[in-house]
Amino acid sequence: MKNKIIIVLLVFFLSFCFFVLFKSLESSNIYVPEKKEDRQLAEFVSEDLFTKKKITSSEIFHGSDYYILNIWASWCAPCREEHPQLMELSKNSSIKLIGLNYKDDSKKAKKFLEKLGNPFSIIITDKTGIVSIEFGGYGIPETFLINKDKKIIKTFIGNLSNESVIQINSIAK
Amino acid sequence: MKLSKIFLLLVFMLNFFSISFAEKNDQLTIKISKNLRCIICQGQSIYDSQSEFAVSMKLLINKKIEEGLSEKEIYEFLKDKYGEWIVYDTGFNKNTFILWGLPVLLFFLGGAIILRKLVFRKV
Repeated sequence: MKNKIIIVLLVFFLSFCFFVLFKSLESSNIYVPEKKEDRQLAEFVSEDLFTKKKITSSEIFHGSDYYILNIWASWCAPCREEHPQLMELSKNSSIKLIGLNYKDDSKKAKKFLEKLGNPFSIIITDKTGIVSIEFGGYGIPETFLINKDKKIIKTFIGNLSNESVIQINSIAK
Repeated sequence: MKLSKIFLLLVFMLNFFSISFAEKNDQLTIKISKNLRCIICQGQSIYDSQSEFAVSMKLLINKKIEEGLSEKEIYEFLKDKYGEWIVYDTGFNKNTFILWGLPVLLFFLGGAIILRKLVFRKV
């Protein structure tokens, strides 16, 4: 009787281990950041890249159906690669493009825009990196699609692809 | 003369309080950053890492403490942005109940086995 209980317990324990290990085979061991979407934007104060004036988030996110916030810097190579996609998105009249210039030199950032074009309606600066964390950013480049209720409805980590542009344009018609 | 002494004493006291306040904030920043996972540099805490993300995160924690947020409120704020994964000390929920419950279960099971053995030995 005692032996039977031990065998049953052992079989139960081994099948539990097998089940856990088998399940973990299916999941990838590469960490993918959890994209927390549909969350409200945090209130913040930043500085305009060109006018150097203080600007609040409620002034920035005002007067449009959709907003795109793109975290970029002149020193970031993938940002250069995704710039044509941002220029393409700037043609969509229902989207207001906001640039968040991340830990960058203002002069270099302006030069970058002079050379490649400026797709943004407003560019705010983030010298310390705090504003990008308030948005829940991981690194750069990163793009957030925000609706008029100031909710992040889509996050694109890494540079924007042509497919991302199509996806954004299909949401923000 | 007396007035200048009082003034000096006041300056000294003000400095003392501001230094001890800043020190308290720094210690809390260190405590919080040790319990936060650096998301872009795996295997390190925010405290250990010198990545751009971690440096900014430490500044943000300090700013939030100065704004008057408690330790728990800061964790909640960051969990809202980055999910449960960001904290090392995870809470009890549907994804972590085995993690928290199994050791307790094993503890009682072990205790029961030991107790049974002892009782049997006495008999």
